[in-house]
Amino acid sequence: MVPISYYLGLSAALFISGVAGFLLKRNIITIFMSIELMLNAVNLSFVAFAAQLHNLNGQVFVFFVMVVAAAEAAVGLAIIIAVYRTRNTLNVDQVDLLKL
Amino acid sequence: MTANLHLWLIPLLPLLGAAINGVLGKRFSRQLVSAVGLAGSGSAFLYALWVAAQYSAIKAAMPIVETLAPWIQAGSFRADFNFQLDQLSFLMLLIVTGVGFLIHVYSVGYMWDEGGYYRFFAYLNLFLFFMLMLILAGNYLLMFIGWEGVGLASYLLIGFYFTKDSAANAGKKAFIVNRIGDFGFLIALFLLIQHFGTLDYAALATKVSQLGVEAGWGVLSIIGVLLMVGAAGKSAQIPLYVWLPDAMEGPTPVSALIHAATMVTAGVYMVSRSHVIFDRAPQALMVVAVIGCATAFFAATIGICQTDIKKVLAYSTVSQLGYMFLGCGVAAYSAGVFHLMTHAFFKGLLFLAAGSVIHSLGGEQDMRRMGGLRKEIPWTFWTMTAGTFAIAGFPFFAGYYSKDMILWKASQQSMILFGFGLLTAFITSFYMFRLWFMTFFGERAPVEAGHGHDDHGHGTGHAHESGWFMLLPLIVLAVLSVIGGWMVGGGDGFEKFLTPVFGAPAEVAEAAGSLSEGAVSAMATVAFLLGFGLAWFLYVRRKRIPAQIAENLGGLYSAVLNKYWVDEIYAAVIVNPMVAISRSVLWRGVDQKIIDATLDDAAAGANQLSDEVRKMQSGNIRSYAAWVTAGAVVVIGYMMWMGAAR
Repeated sequence: MVPISYYLGLSAALFISGVAGFLLKRNIITIFMSIELMLNAVNLSFVAFAAQLHNLNGQVFVFFVMVVAAAEAAVGLAIIIAVYRTRNTLNVDQVDLLKL
Repeated sequence: MTANLHLWLIPLLPLLGAAINGVLGKRFSRQLVSAVGLAGSGSAFLYALWVAAQYSAIKAAMPIVETLAPWIQAGSFRADFNFQLDQLSFLMLLIVTGVGFLIHVYSVGYMWDEGGYYRFFAYLNLFLFFMLMLILAGNYLLMFIGWEGVGLASYLLIGFYFTKDSAANAGKKAFIVNRIGDFGFLIALFLLIQHFGTLDYAALATKVSQLGVEAGWGVLSIIGVLLMVGAAGKSAQIPLYVWLPDAMEGPTPVSALIHAATMVTAGVYMVSRSHVIFDRAPQALMVVAVIGCATAFFAATIGICQTDIKKVLAYSTVSQLGYMFLGCGVAAYSAGVFHLMTHAFFKGLLFLAAGSVIHSLGGEQDMRRMGGLRKEIPWTFWTMTAGTFAIAGFPFFAGYYSKDMILWKASQQSMILFGFGLLTAFITSFYMFRLWFMTFFGERAPVEAGHGHDDHGHGTGHAHESGWFMLLPLIVLAVLSVIGGWMVGGGDGFEKFLTPVFGAPAEVAEAAGSLSEGAVSAMATVAFLLGFGLAWFLYVRRKRIPAQIAENLGGLYSAVLNKYWVDEIYAAVIVNPMVAISRSVLWRGVDQKIIDATLDDAAAGANQLSDEVRKMQSGNIRSYAAWVTAGAVVVIGYMMWMGAAR
């Protein structure tokens, strides 16, 4: 049996790399993938705890997260395509019109 | 119990007229506006006549109080929409609706060519509504609504020609001066609530009549004096009379209706209505008598030197109102109300006739440019003659009875009051016949070239008689001015009629030194003859003498001519300092530096703060992401720290 701390360590590592990519990358698609990475890092810890505590709630929750993530991916990619069509770039530093 | 009279309908009828004309009148033709206006006032008059027809049946039940609906209920205090009909309000009802209706008829002729015709009738009906509220109210609070409302109507009508600066200013002056009086009235009402817990006439009468006559300055005296302050504002008594002469800027029917016949007598009505209080406050009564007497004399002297026909009548009104207060002040309320009634007839008539003169001369108001009109406008001349003789006290005309009654009652109280009253009667006769002679006798001064300041610009060529709409009310009022006195049985008959309201007149023992009624009448008649003779001598026989007298008297003459500089004194002592303080302290200090500055600084502070905060919203997605992350780190860190601490 792999101790739960291993799973949690992996989950934390994945989450931090997701946060780092989210903050540092300029390409919208990369940022988007970083967000997915963070979601899956959380999913991993859900599953780990579910196995540890013999409670299916965690696993059920993961399915919800995956559904939301799928919907988000559909909407997010559509937005990205629309942004690219109008501005011809995917660099977030150049997409900054939404301000006062 | 008699049938319900539905008294609330009476004020409602003119209000309907006002609403219809006010809202829709702009699209109506003049004929329709006149019809609505006349219907509003005429139906109220007919209703009043209907009530009058049942007088003998309802007499025993008076005062009749009809409660329409509860109005205010706060703690133990309660005021209702209730209407009261007793002999006093019954009389006022007939005067107000009757004279009011006649003046409406007159206005149709007088205002026909003026702009804002519908507006005029809407205001006039509105005035009638408030005036009827005032006299029919069953408690002081409802009366106060009417009291303020007639002030509003008066303001609107004085400033009817609102494009003219002087008219707009006169309206404001009337309103503001009245405010001072209303302040006193309000304080009196507060004191009544504090001490008696009610404003209802009937309930108040019961409570007050348990108190004895006050020897010194008790609460009733203070209430009485404050009520008199209110009355002085509304009825143009010293020191608040200054607005009435200026109010002549309004159209002449307004001067006749509001500023002679009805509204200005509201103060007299109010004092009479409060007779329960005044009866127990001799000090306050003395104040009323002295103010009335002083005003009567003072205003009459100003009237001597005025040259504007309406101004003469205005000061005459102030003076006659003084008479009424003199009557009330010597506890002869029925004498005051009697004079109120006869004055409504003859002064309404005089103003309307003066309006007819002004109309016939195309807007000329200066008596020095009148003269010889006797032949040209005979109807106006004869009706005005009736009014002049009535006010001057020609025996057996209306004014003779009421003035004699006041003088006689005053003579029983104080010889000084009587003396001034008699002197005023002489002056009244003099200035009225001066007006009469200057207007209708002699020759008209030729129209000077280059003088064209009259508003209508017809010049003073041939005078033309007014139409029947204007003459009919004149004739009716002239008849009333002649017979109005003995119609009601003279002073005694009138007093008997009002006895249920004011109580039986005290039997006066004919003490040595006091005058009999006959002696007073004789003296008043002599005063009338002297005034007539002097006016005839100075303005018909020896026309150069007035100018010489004016020259010889110098300072005194210019004092009277300039109305004793009262307006100037008020301006210097009260108005200008007030304006200066308002400007430097209240406006530049309190308003700009405190109120405005607080708001401005708060707004500027919020603006600066937002300027800083809005920098967070850069539009840069990665900076938003950084903020989210930072926030999450802080929250998680806080939770971990708290968890560790636990």
